[in-house]
Amino acid sequence: MVSGNFDPSMFLAIFPEIMILVLGLLILLFDLFLPKEQHDKLGWVTAGGLTLIIIGSLFVAQPSGIGEQIFGGMLRHDGLSFSFKMIFLFSAAITAMFVMGMDKVGKRGEFYLLMLASTLGMCLMSSASDLIMLYLAIETTSIPLYILAGFMTEDDKSTEAGFKYLLFGAMTSAILLYGFSLLFGFTGTTNIYKISYGLQMGSFPIVVVFGVLLLIVTGFIFKISAVPMHFWAPDVYEGAPTPVAGFLSTASKAAGFSVLLRVLLIAFPGVLPYWSAFLVAISTLTMTVGNLLALTQKNIKRMLAYSSIAHAGYALIGLGSISSLSILGISSVVFYLVAYVLTNLAAFGVVAAFGKVSGSDDIAAYAGLSRRSPVLALTMMVAFLSLAGMPPFGGFVVKFIVFSAAVQANLIWLAVVGVLNSIVGLYYYLTVLKVVYLYRSEDEEKPLPIPRSYSIALCVLVFGILAIGIVMSPWFNLSTAAAHALF
Amino acid sequence: MQFPILSVIIFTPIIAGVLILLFPAERKTEVRVTALAAATFALGLSLWAYFSYDIAAGGYQFVEKFEWLPMMGISYHVGLDGMNAPLLLLTGVVMFTGVLISWGIDDRPREFFAFLFILATGVFGVFVTLDLFMLFFFYEIAVFPMYLLISIWGWKETREYAAMKLTLYLFIGSVIAMVGALAMYFTSGLDTFDMLELEKAGFSTAFQQLWFPFVFLGFGVLGGIWPFHNWSPDGHVAAPTAVSMFHAGVLMKLGAFAALRVGVMLLPEGAKFWMVGVICLTLVNVVYGAFIASVQNDFKYVIGFSSVSHMGLVLMGFATLTKTGFIGSGVQMFSHGVMTALFFAVVGMVYDQAHTRDIPHLGGFRKFMPMVAVAFIVGGLVSMGMPGFSGFVAEFPIFMGVWQSYPWVAVIGAVSIVITASYIIRIIGKVFFGQLPEELEGHIHDVTVLDKVALVFLSGILILLGVFPRLMVPLVESGVENVMRLLGGV
Repeated sequence: MVSGNFDPSMFLAIFPEIMILVLGLLILLFDLFLPKEQHDKLGWVTAGGLTLIIIGSLFVAQPSGIGEQIFGGMLRHDGLSFSFKMIFLFSAAITAMFVMGMDKVGKRGEFYLLMLASTLGMCLMSSASDLIMLYLAIETTSIPLYILAGFMTEDDKSTEAGFKYLLFGAMTSAILLYGFSLLFGFTGTTNIYKISYGLQMGSFPIVVVFGVLLLIVTGFIFKISAVPMHFWAPDVYEGAPTPVAGFLSTASKAAGFSVLLRVLLIAFPGVLPYWSAFLVAISTLTMTVGNLLALTQKNIKRMLAYSSIAHAGYALIGLGSISSLSILGISSVVFYLVAYVLTNLAAFGVVAAFGKVSGSDDIAAYAGLSRRSPVLALTMMVAFLSLAGMPPFGGFVVKFIVFSAAVQANLIWLAVVGVLNSIVGLYYYLTVLKVVYLYRSEDEEKPLPIPRSYSIALCVLVFGILAIGIVMSPWFNLSTAAAHALF
Repeated sequence: MQFPILSVIIFTPIIAGVLILLFPAERKTEVRVTALAAATFALGLSLWAYFSYDIAAGGYQFVEKFEWLPMMGISYHVGLDGMNAPLLLLTGVVMFTGVLISWGIDDRPREFFAFLFILATGVFGVFVTLDLFMLFFFYEIAVFPMYLLISIWGWKETREYAAMKLTLYLFIGSVIAMVGALAMYFTSGLDTFDMLELEKAGFSTAFQQLWFPFVFLGFGVLGGIWPFHNWSPDGHVAAPTAVSMFHAGVLMKLGAFAALRVGVMLLPEGAKFWMVGVICLTLVNVVYGAFIASVQNDFKYVIGFSSVSHMGLVLMGFATLTKTGFIGSGVQMFSHGVMTALFFAVVGMVYDQAHTRDIPHLGGFRKFMPMVAVAFIVGGLVSMGMPGFSGFVAEFPIFMGVWQSYPWVAVIGAVSIVITASYIIRIIGKVFFGQLPEELEGHIHDVTVLDKVALVFLSGILILLGVFPRLMVPLVESGVENVMRLLGGV
């Protein structure tokens, strides 16, 4: 399958990446030459450009049925990477629209540029089929994110967030790289699709293979903020500009999952029972710790951070349920992430819209929101109930499918742990909705203007959440096709 | 193509709800009128569906089936049979009267009716669905608006606590049952959630015995089965009147009905195995519920616990696994639904005027609201199982069924009728007759015309069904045949 020969049509496969680069350069130029008062248009350019890229990619960059390796085995062009690229582009577009409404960062061209650079990295992450390419992609994703998290330099919390993220990120990156180097030492190849063969030939003891796998997985688990590598998430989300927190919790997390899927399934099929048992344990811990810690949070961004940790746990149920017999586990993860990305973006969008006016992220500050802005309150309800896994929203269907995967893999106890956790989840989501709908506040009469970019983005998201929850068949078919394309 | 009457019934409320949300907040009258129109329309259609069901033909009628998620074998599949037709009608009735009773709600009526209608869609959906996934889908839709309805418009003292308790109880029950449903799906190997297919799956006896308690009790939580009934009186008391009506009247039936559809009908061997246990639990429900009701001083708690007691009878009828028992339960679900809706409407009307529900502080209401008093007496007679009222038509067969299987249970259970009579007569005597307390002098007026319409409508149904059991019993009987067929040789 590896084509050593160069073929110009390969450029079509990386059409999204190329266009992101072009868009980034355009933003840079606009930033330089556009008069200052026109800078609020930068967000529209980014969001519009990304939308065009999505549409263009659907026309020219769609992979054929079977995946293929391109550029000498550096990248792989298949349904899985394509689906994830669409997720990243979509969340970047939405994030750009949220950023636009922020006074301090919305007019800074470099913000959009950094976000695009990070998106480019994610696209490469999901398609990398070589360890070196993968490492570069991860760094391309992470370094701009460190800066974005600490973008509000006059805010101590934001600076702290950026620095903390950088330190944790650099540390895990080193562990990851060590794992990669060992893997290369054992197998003599950096191509992910050849490693499995190399490991088999070398007939290494399982302990060694699993040890290497642990080092690598540590790096990925940091990205998806699963326990025990979750410490950074609440602090970083709290300090970072809200749209960035949303971006971190969705696109960046999805990127982590795409890599986790590819590396584990393609490079380590030999130790599948071991790593799936390991992931089941991680998943149980992640769900439980995330949900229990979310219970006591007073700050909505911290609460959402813990909730997003918990959601990584639910998605890991799907990964842990992967068996050689069925791909329901893989497709359930992809499906879960699609719904989760939409939902969590909506949740952070509401928080950003509210925080912009009220200047507070305390849950208590949301009192009276349903009287101040019934529409925003309703959007928040949709997002939170979808996170809680209530129909007719997307969150219900995907949870159902993930739990199905667990039951199919005979992990009924895991499904039970999952459902018990969703009850805890329901509790704290409802607690917030109670504040929104029930409590009165002195600010009730104050208007809560919502910028147009927020209205559009939130409308798209709510519509998407309902579309996944009600018309689930096409989404699930796409996820399944993506799962098939992995091999 | 046949007119998709069931789908229209299911989606009328939610479409009306979304429409209502689009009104500006201050157009309260338009909101109420739209709500009433939608409720009347849904009631009309459910009446039509109920009476055009062909009993002679039997089976599932008005069936609609579309693929929904074909890869997982999930379909949108609805149908009407003798078991769910009365419940469909019940939902229509309670929705209609609920809107009438809630006319006076002045705090955000737009959101109130929208949430109430989302709930109604969920309820309609569960009653007519024939697909297991779809059942859970609509079940959860029916549960979550409850939280907001109770916590926003409920009784200030306990609403936050009661709403959260109720939601968590019901959610725990349903997700536990959901795991059972998933186990059925994968064990059957049929790759379908269609309940008509799963009926034929032929699960092993061991499997059925393992999963029956999870599924039956999971749904039974919503049916108020002891010892998981705890959420229900608290929830009823905290809820605003229309929501209590919906809740005790319809939602608890949802639990009982799902326990029957999924528990008994899909896992018949499990049902046979656990029958004794279920009978014992429901016996506690029946007697203990009635006893607790009789010692309450809060008017609404009395009704709340009486619901626990009467719902126990429904589940007890199921557990007899006899034809008479099932028929009784089928009718009891309808009869109790209407009766309890009537009770809660009365409690709401009394409370709105007196601002207290403490029975010792009430009295003499007959003089000021005679119609309410009459309606309560009708409800009371139904609840005691007087012949000539629907309660008799329902409870008599249940006790007959119990007598066939366990005579001693019937004897103990019958004690509840005496206790019920005692607390109903106490309330009638104290609240409606008796002396009006001085502090209420001059504060009590008659209820509005809309309230009266609702009361007459509800009590009319109870009497009509009592005098003409033919209107419902043959229909339920045709549905029970199907259940008995699945239970095989019992």
